[in-house]
Amino acid sequence: MRTVGFDAPAARAVDVWKVYGTGEAQVVALRGVSLDLAQGRFTAIMGPSGSGKSTLMHCLAGLDTVTRGEVYIRDTKLSGLNDGRLTRLRREQVGFVFQQFNLLPTLSARENILLPLAIAGRKPDRAWLAHVIDTLGLGDRLGHRPNQLSGGQQQRVACARALVSRPDVVFADEPTGNLDSRSGAEVLGFLRNSSREYGQTIVMVTHDPNAASYADRVVFLNDGRVVTELADPTADHVLDTMKRLDALVEVD
Amino acid sequence: MLRATLKSLLQRKLRLMLSGMAVVLGVMFVSGAFVLTDTLSRSFDSLFSTVYSNVDVEVTGAPKVAGGGDGMPVPVNMPASAVATVEAVPGVATAHGMVMADGARVIGADGKVVSSAGPPRLGVNWTGTDPLREGNGPRTDTEIAVNAGLARTAGLHVGDQVGVLTLEPRRTFTLVGIFGYAGGQDSLGGAQVVAFTEPVAQQLMLGEPGVYSSIDVTADSGVSQAQLRDRIAGAVGAGYTVKTGEQAALDSSAGPKQFLDFFNKILLGFAGVALFVGVFLIVNTFSIIVAQRTRELALLRAVGASRRQMIGSVLLEALAVGFAASVVGLGAGVGIGALLARVFSNMGGNSLPLAGVGVPLAAVVGAFAVGLLVTLVAAAIPALRASRVAPVAAMSEAATPDRPLTRLTIVGASVFAVGATLLGIGLSGVGDATLWTILGGVLVSFIGVALLTPAIARPVVGAIGRLFSWSVPGKLGRLNSGRNPRRTAITAAALMVGIALITGVTTVLTSATASLTKILDNQVQADLIISGEQAGPRPPTFDPAVIDKIAALPGVESVAAGSFDEALIDGKHDGVVAVIDLGALTRITSLKPTQGVMSTLGPDGAVLDADTAREAGVSLGQQVTMQFSRGGPHQLTITGIYAANDAIAGWMVSSALATDFAIPQPVQGFIKVRDGTPVADVRTQVAAFLADSPEVSVGDRSEFLAQQTGQLDSVLDMIQILLALAILIAVLGIVNTLALSVLERTRELGLLRAVGLRRGQTMRMVTVEAVVISVFGALLGVVVGAGLGTAVVRALNSEGITELALPWAQMSTYLGLAALVGVLAAVLPAVRAARVNVLTAIAYE
Repeated sequence: MRTVGFDAPAARAVDVWKVYGTGEAQVVALRGVSLDLAQGRFTAIMGPSGSGKSTLMHCLAGLDTVTRGEVYIRDTKLSGLNDGRLTRLRREQVGFVFQQFNLLPTLSARENILLPLAIAGRKPDRAWLAHVIDTLGLGDRLGHRPNQLSGGQQQRVACARALVSRPDVVFADEPTGNLDSRSGAEVLGFLRNSSREYGQTIVMVTHDPNAASYADRVVFLNDGRVVTELADPTADHVLDTMKRLDALVEVD
Repeated sequence: MLRATLKSLLQRKLRLMLSGMAVVLGVMFVSGAFVLTDTLSRSFDSLFSTVYSNVDVEVTGAPKVAGGGDGMPVPVNMPASAVATVEAVPGVATAHGMVMADGARVIGADGKVVSSAGPPRLGVNWTGTDPLREGNGPRTDTEIAVNAGLARTAGLHVGDQVGVLTLEPRRTFTLVGIFGYAGGQDSLGGAQVVAFTEPVAQQLMLGEPGVYSSIDVTADSGVSQAQLRDRIAGAVGAGYTVKTGEQAALDSSAGPKQFLDFFNKILLGFAGVALFVGVFLIVNTFSIIVAQRTRELALLRAVGASRRQMIGSVLLEALAVGFAASVVGLGAGVGIGALLARVFSNMGGNSLPLAGVGVPLAAVVGAFAVGLLVTLVAAAIPALRASRVAPVAAMSEAATPDRPLTRLTIVGASVFAVGATLLGIGLSGVGDATLWTILGGVLVSFIGVALLTPAIARPVVGAIGRLFSWSVPGKLGRLNSGRNPRRTAITAAALMVGIALITGVTTVLTSATASLTKILDNQVQADLIISGEQAGPRPPTFDPAVIDKIAALPGVESVAAGSFDEALIDGKHDGVVAVIDLGALTRITSLKPTQGVMSTLGPDGAVLDADTAREAGVSLGQQVTMQFSRGGPHQLTITGIYAANDAIAGWMVSSALATDFAIPQPVQGFIKVRDGTPVADVRTQVAAFLADSPEVSVGDRSEFLAQQTGQLDSVLDMIQILLALAILIAVLGIVNTLALSVLERTRELGLLRAVGLRRGQTMRMVTVEAVVISVFGALLGVVVGAGLGTAVVRALNSEGITELALPWAQMSTYLGLAALVGVLAAVLPAVRAARVNVLTAIAYE
């Protein structure tokens, strides 16, 4: 395990509870999750279906509200922020990569990449933009519409969109779920590099042990709780841990 | 299959309701028109059968000039001896000579003539048969009684001094009585009635003493109306019209019914526009539903549903919508019809006893026929499309790609060409049924343009959208509006129809005004013009003596005036103007004599323009026989022929003959002021002379123009109400399209919110999309309407509309209004878009 830097964590969850519905229909998705996401690290959150991993990510990213507990991006406390402040936070401090790519079909690849900056009315950092585009190998695809791109290309555009504004945290939700293994490996490699080379904080939700092995740290969730975690994991190691998850909960 | 259809129907309640609204409005107007007409015409029938309940036979003189122009034919006066002749017929119990003629105009308490939009203003002899409410009947030549409805409208009370205009200029009477009618009615179908003593009525209403306009006859018991009619007809001989009381009642109610018919046509016009625009809305809704259900439909096909069943399923849905809309529309129509009947029966002091509100079979049949037919026709194309969904589409993720627009564009261009040709044929007046050809041409052209719209949409929408592209939400909105050219196009086309109609009409009216202005500027050198605003069938008139007084004013160089009548000239119908001072008219209107003399005109002379002379086959010095509405035939010699200009054309005779006109008094006067005399001074003097002629006023050229075009403005108002309705339906269409876009793009909206688009920006994006669509529709409408208007103006060239003037101001107003409409239509969808939850949007599958 690497030493944790003395900087404040990029994102932090403190005793987060998330309850959906009331009475009979009540579902507790998160049961007191506390988690620090150190700056510049690539963290994977793993767990079986219904473990609450997606809910945790949505809460960390300010897309969903927590029932109890607190969530911070840098030193900004998210609970209690109104829609306007949350929107600004998403604009300036957070980037997203989705399983479904979610590009706007009316815009070209280049326009999609620049969309968050355009919405915020900010000028792109030209050198950084060129670098990101070059790294992702999108140079000859910038004028194309999403429907003229392959799945891998679309997801690379989505990655570029998430990174171009240099957010505090990039949240990736099953980014390889809709990709073949080769394209998936390209995207994951890119995410790892941007963490290692540029200190980009990345949080990725996945159920694929192979994808998780690209991360610096894997946090395992089961039944709404953090069960265990691994540092510098390998795919086999992750798979083993997954198999033992139920037993770990019992111990806990 | 039926259950599946009904279930999917219920899931789209709101959308179907929106498109059903258009049908509801259309059906409402159709059934409302039928209910109104039915209720009112039965009311009029029962009213006049009450009026004629004590008359078994009515005798009138046959009119001398019948049914040629718009004016009511004036029956010939009957001598008093005719009453004696009728009285002597066996079987006659009583025979009363009656005086009754249109044109007794009462000056109300406010000093203005009580106007009438349709019902006659009758002058009668007091017979003492109508029940008095107050006072007594007229006993001296300076006394009158009026009906209660008129007294109320005019604000008159017993004892008031009342001015009345008749064949003669204003006379003042003392109001001594107010009478009503059987059953407590204040008026009969809104007619204003002034009762004079018999000699006064004869002189003022019929123009000669000792004559009657009709004889009311009652029969001895045992003698039928028909028997008596035949006996009397035999006794009085030719030259008289003899009718049974029943027939007379029917004929009398024909007049108001004609007015009703006109009203009915307007309502049906509303219905037509509503339904036509509604078709666009329904086509769009069903197309969208079919597109959205592609996977579901493909699945049905995959599990073995036949094409026929697919078509049936969509048509069944349309049928259900059409049926529901027809039921609601019929209910609303009965309500509207009853309401309008009530308004109508109380209009202008009318108190028409309403017969019970009837729902004629025609209303029910019309409502369902129109409602179902329109919906089914509109759903036919989407239904066909549904049947073409391939079963494999159920398995594939991909949305159906945009089909190329080439075929649609070719079809659209051909349809438009057919429409334009029809319109051209209609406007050039070749063949019969010209109005229908024009309407058909307009309709088909609209459909053609609508089919062309998708092809036009992409470049034009892009261009319009660029106006909004300065911000990110604006740019996104613009791109969204260009995404589905068919959907955008149909939505915009619905708006186009209303805007095109109003632009077309405005173009014609503006051109008419411009032409009038040009005529006035070029050919009428009058400084002051005497005229009045015409509200009903009867033109406003003034005392001819005023002209003599004006001529005597030192500051006046020349003055001319004219009255109008329909005449038989050598047996043929034509209009004739009786001119006071032809010489003055020639100078003021720059008439060029081509033959004979135009400076004076004697009572035995007539002048006409060269074109009319050629058509009538007459030449200078020839004698013609003219029969006017009253009096005997006149032998006139043609003393002058002139070149027609835009202001003056046709036959003119001396004002000495005007006494034989149906309306002898002049309707318009032109005054030219001597150089150096202030126009304002003359104007003040003329206005003083006109104090006793309150129907008219004196004004300068611009005021005259404003007055003349003011009448066109009321036409415009009427059309604008029609437009408002069409726009309302089009707005429903825009709301529908946008609500759908928002629904379809939930994921996108979520993404945009996730990457930092604010709620306000989201709303702006949707609003821009709406504004782009509606401005596109308005732009199309303005262009199509201007084209349409231009075609009509060109066709009306021979009717005196020589100038083409495009109503730029109105056209830009319509564009602005369209933008506003877009903003309004976007409100609900925009709010919905802004409320999209970021999370559900992203998780949305």
